[in-house]
Amino acid sequence: MSTGIKDHAALSDLFNQDEARVDWHDETLWFVRAKRDKAANTLEEWEALRENASQIKDNVLSNLHDYLSEFESNAQKNGVIVHWAADAAEHNQIVHSILKAKEITRMVKSKSMLTEECHLNEYLQQNGIEVIDTDLGERIVQLAGEPPSHIVLPCIHKKKEEIGELFHEHLGTPKGASDPQLLTAAARVHLREKFLTRRAAITGVNFAVAETGEFVVCTNEGNADMGAHLSEVHIACMGIEKIIPKRANLGVFLRLLARSATGQPITTYSSHFRTPRAGQEMHLILVDNGRTQQLGRADFRNSLKCIRCGACMNTCPVYRRSGGHSYHTAIAGPIGAILAPNLDMKQYADLPFASTLCGSCTNVCPVKINIHEQLYKWRQVIVKEGYADPKKAIAMKTMEFTLSNPSVYRTAGKAGRWVMKNAPFLVNNKLNAWYKQRDMPTPPQQSFREWYKKNNNE
Amino acid sequence: MTVGLFIPCYIDQFYPNAAIATLKLLQKLGVKVSYPLQQTCCGQPMANSGFEHLTTGCNELFIDNFAEFDYIVSPSGSCVLHIKDHLHSDGQPEKAIGVRKKVYELTEFLTDILKVEKLTARFPHKVGVHQSCHGQRGLMMSQMTELVAAPFSKPLHLLNMVKDLELVELSRPDECCGFGGTFCVAEEAVSVKMGKDRVADHLNHGAQYITAADMSCLMHMEGILKRRNSQVKVLHIAEILNAEEV
Amino acid sequence: MSSRAQILARVKENQPDLTVLPADLIALVQYADPVEMFGKVLDGIGGMMHPVKDYAEMIGLINTQFAGLPRIISTIPELKELTEKDWENQDPHSYENVDVAIIKAHFGVAENAALWVTESLMGQRVIPFICQQLVVVVHKKDILSNMQEAYQQIADSVYGFGAFIAGPSKTADIEQSLVLGAHGPKNMTVFVLA
Repeated sequence: MSTGIKDHAALSDLFNQDEARVDWHDETLWFVRAKRDKAANTLEEWEALRENASQIKDNVLSNLHDYLSEFESNAQKNGVIVHWAADAAEHNQIVHSILKAKEITRMVKSKSMLTEECHLNEYLQQNGIEVIDTDLGERIVQLAGEPPSHIVLPCIHKKKEEIGELFHEHLGTPKGASDPQLLTAAARVHLREKFLTRRAAITGVNFAVAETGEFVVCTNEGNADMGAHLSEVHIACMGIEKIIPKRANLGVFLRLLARSATGQPITTYSSHFRTPRAGQEMHLILVDNGRTQQLGRADFRNSLKCIRCGACMNTCPVYRRSGGHSYHTAIAGPIGAILAPNLDMKQYADLPFASTLCGSCTNVCPVKINIHEQLYKWRQVIVKEGYADPKKAIAMKTMEFTLSNPSVYRTAGKAGRWVMKNAPFLVNNKLNAWYKQRDMPTPPQQSFREWYKKNNNE
Repeated sequence: MTVGLFIPCYIDQFYPNAAIATLKLLQKLGVKVSYPLQQTCCGQPMANSGFEHLTTGCNELFIDNFAEFDYIVSPSGSCVLHIKDHLHSDGQPEKAIGVRKKVYELTEFLTDILKVEKLTARFPHKVGVHQSCHGQRGLMMSQMTELVAAPFSKPLHLLNMVKDLELVELSRPDECCGFGGTFCVAEEAVSVKMGKDRVADHLNHGAQYITAADMSCLMHMEGILKRRNSQVKVLHIAEILNAEEV
Repeated sequence: MSSRAQILARVKENQPDLTVLPADLIALVQYADPVEMFGKVLDGIGGMMHPVKDYAEMIGLINTQFAGLPRIISTIPELKELTEKDWENQDPHSYENVDVAIIKAHFGVAENAALWVTESLMGQRVIPFICQQLVVVVHKKDILSNMQEAYQQIADSVYGFGAFIAGPSKTADIEQSLVLGAHGPKNMTVFVLA
């Protein structure tokens, strides 16, 4: 807001310079939302399933200490080496030290939003380690030198012609080729070579089962499996909130995840890793990075129930028209807007305000996180902590004074005048912001109050 | 039954006809309505901007004005939702809870309390209905497309009683218009784009009027329509439900 | 204090009061004909189902569908005649040129056309992912309706690695256009044995 860095509004303004592109972005994501609706409607028990998943996650958060200990001890029994990282820096150092011990300088990585959150790629590159993202969308944004704009569809902001151009430059596809089939085939050849020659693979974790010590990774492309099963060293990175109590709970979450994310009945691969392959080393890093702090915030802790399906982004009318990069954080959209202020309230003070509080996000959330209510609550916290624009604070105080005093409100002017100056939509005195593309309402002859006094004398 | 009429500040000052129609419609249905003259605002503009702590004065004033009525009715789903969810008072907590329980948006009140099954209104036009988010998702005035649940709609139920009115179908029946209080200026670009897209959906389906149970959404869409010199008009749902035979 | 101790202490301090784990849902989706549903869903996700009465019929279909492909491997004894011998204990990278892998599944699930395969049925973990085309064999009686039944079936069985596989490898990362064969198999055939 007042950080000097471009905020969501400014970045959205840039994104909206090209309206045809905004339309395309909106329609593409709306298509995904529509697929999600269709998939949800194949199950009569959908709402019961959401409620069940939500309650399982509530139980997880309320018993996280014991579940983490149980998971750790079971994973260790399975032959997995378990690490704990208090923050992003420690996570990155752990990954680096594992690679260093094996003298590995090149590796493949499948999708992990946690490693995006920790900026692992940059860290490893600075330490002389090459990381190849193997999810097609992530590889595309990696080649473009950009972060993902969506947690499930990393390059949803890119047109196929732009991807064709990138592939022409980096993978040698014919100039002007933009057919998704052709581009995907080129990526397949390019990435197969990486899978076959890299000795280490990083994957994320969708679910980790306390009862068995196994963890589940979901992909459509099969890139997590290609990486993990061909590598000597598999490193799985997870936030501590990814725990679920029992293996049977997977039945609930796997039914919800892909249907919510892309409208598929399940991801192509739901891989359950319990022990390392013979001769392989399997590491698992449990990362806090602000999660224990969020767990302590009663109003915000259930944001930790998130299973990273991205449904809230696809349905969000703001996200669809501002693009993932406008959120300037690893996890964009409504869920990102309630997670990010926990990490840095000042830097992300704008995000809870990048919403109309329409509530659609809450309705699609498969674990029933009250996202829009948390956005409202973050606004209160951010203002109280002093991260609001001072001009806005003054305007709000004036407004408060007028609205608390009926006589001041009445004498503030005849119909329309007070609202013209102080109405919600004009409160930060950016008159042009309304008028730039919208007309003002025409002030009527008299206010309702005036009419009522004349016509309805009781 | 006594009903206190709560008219949000911007309706009072900009859209008195919506308020007049609300009053007349309730009177026509035999309800004794009064409008407390000391009312100002529910405090939502401040609260949604993160300044809920500044709403104490508004809250106390609201309680003083409305606590005595059996019901409080307002032609704004958004303001009603704010009262329902956030009205509080350290001095008179019970009264605050009482107010929260008896505040109704107009179409909710007509459907759930008065159980209206017949109206005398006639409105021979093609009408697109905008589902305002706070009314729809907050007050659950109609079913939401995100949920796997049986459809219903209180506003549509009432509009279907209006003679000669033709409802138009929309491609996206419950997408937000982008008003969002201070959002409409703080996030001008996205707000306007959302409004343009919503308006386009109505225009593409041949609406002559866009109606809603929230005037703020309509004010936003009207601003866009007027800028384009469109002939399509916005009208609060009360004005249609109260439309006289012509 | 180690990060482990620190994290666990903070979790303990900050976690809310214990809530109960909910009971399993009852009355989940059931299909009158799970096999038909399985086939329909599989078709929708880019796979192909062939009901067959026995291995002889399956072998006939395999011979036609994969005629001329040099490297076909299988973990199923009944298909020994068709497939490469002694392939199991090589370096996983060496399977890069496998044209067709034919494996068995423990069971399939009608609601999402997923098949449960553990490493004992794969030969090597990488097989179902690295092959160019994947064939999975499942018994008709082993097609369940939903995922809750699936996990009841898996119960506390022990495996080092297991996966639900639903259709061929795919991506829609480029403008939401569906492309089959992202990294793994470009197609998937499921034989449902009577």
